[in-house]
Amino acid sequence: MHIMEGFLPLVWCIIWYLVSLPFVAFGVLQIKKLFDGHPEQKMILAVSGAFIFALSSLKLPSVTGSSSHPTGTGLSAILFGPAITAVLSTIVLIFQAILLAHGGITTLGANVFSMGIAGPIAGWLAFKAMRTLKAGMIPSVFVAAVLADWVTYVVTSAELALAFPGANIVSTFLAFAGVYAITQVPLAIAEGILISVFFDFLATNRPKTIGALLKEKPTKETAQ
Amino acid sequence: MIAKRNRIWWYMVAMIALAIIVALPFMLNPKAGYGGSDNAGSDLIMQRSPGYTPWFSSFWHPPPETESMLFALQAAIGAVVIGYFIGYVRGRSASGRSEE
Repeated sequence: MHIMEGFLPLVWCIIWYLVSLPFVAFGVLQIKKLFDGHPEQKMILAVSGAFIFALSSLKLPSVTGSSSHPTGTGLSAILFGPAITAVLSTIVLIFQAILLAHGGITTLGANVFSMGIAGPIAGWLAFKAMRTLKAGMIPSVFVAAVLADWVTYVVTSAELALAFPGANIVSTFLAFAGVYAITQVPLAIAEGILISVFFDFLATNRPKTIGALLKEKPTKETAQ
Repeated sequence: MIAKRNRIWWYMVAMIALAIIVALPFMLNPKAGYGGSDNAGSDLIMQRSPGYTPWFSSFWHPPPETESMLFALQAAIGAVVIGYFIGYVRGRSASGRSEE
């Protein structure tokens, strides 16, 4: 979710920049390591970035009567983890802030945190948890992608509630969440379906690389 | 994962499900404005903190038609990269060369 330019007080802009910076910096280092050590993963990294690029440009209608953007971060979160996803999201967010006046440069730190860090962390953790519990690959991917999208909007609501607490920060948070998080539910599900389908394609055609990225052995399950 | 011979069928079911999810709002709620939730958020901020004025604004706002083009362009760039990858992978598997 994109908090619009200038809609966060300066002090919060700085705070979110500072919070996001270490993740993005770490992600840059991880990408460098990837390029050096595993060049065959570059293409999948590009595709993961492309998913974020393409999906976050779409304004989809929701049954609540408003429109919102999916994030596309689920794929990258599962395959590359939150730090690299933060880097990819930063690129997309800068593109949108500068060329489309969508989101903002002052709000970049906050938007990177919600879309590139917090959502992907939730998705990544969900994926690892489900796989540890021996859930199937597709259900794990689906849940992770849905959470990566949806948590982004929950965190955005929290960022806004922190900046504009009003009389009662909890009720303010619920008000923002009512606008964003409820609208996002069908969109997050749609994104989960799309990413699950594409992940199936990836795992079928690139079982070894996907296995290496997930640090799971390509089993009969992932490599059909 | 999905068994090979059922794969295409499942992919199609998924695409149809996506189409339904996107179309459903218009079937259930045809009169709604479907404005962006980004704007709704800004409105909510102004409502809850009436003294607040945005202290910065973007250097450049594209005109509405250009904005549509740029969103479409963003989607297209992403789609081309994804499509290239899919084609590359299919080409390699068709020519019999496996991945690594």
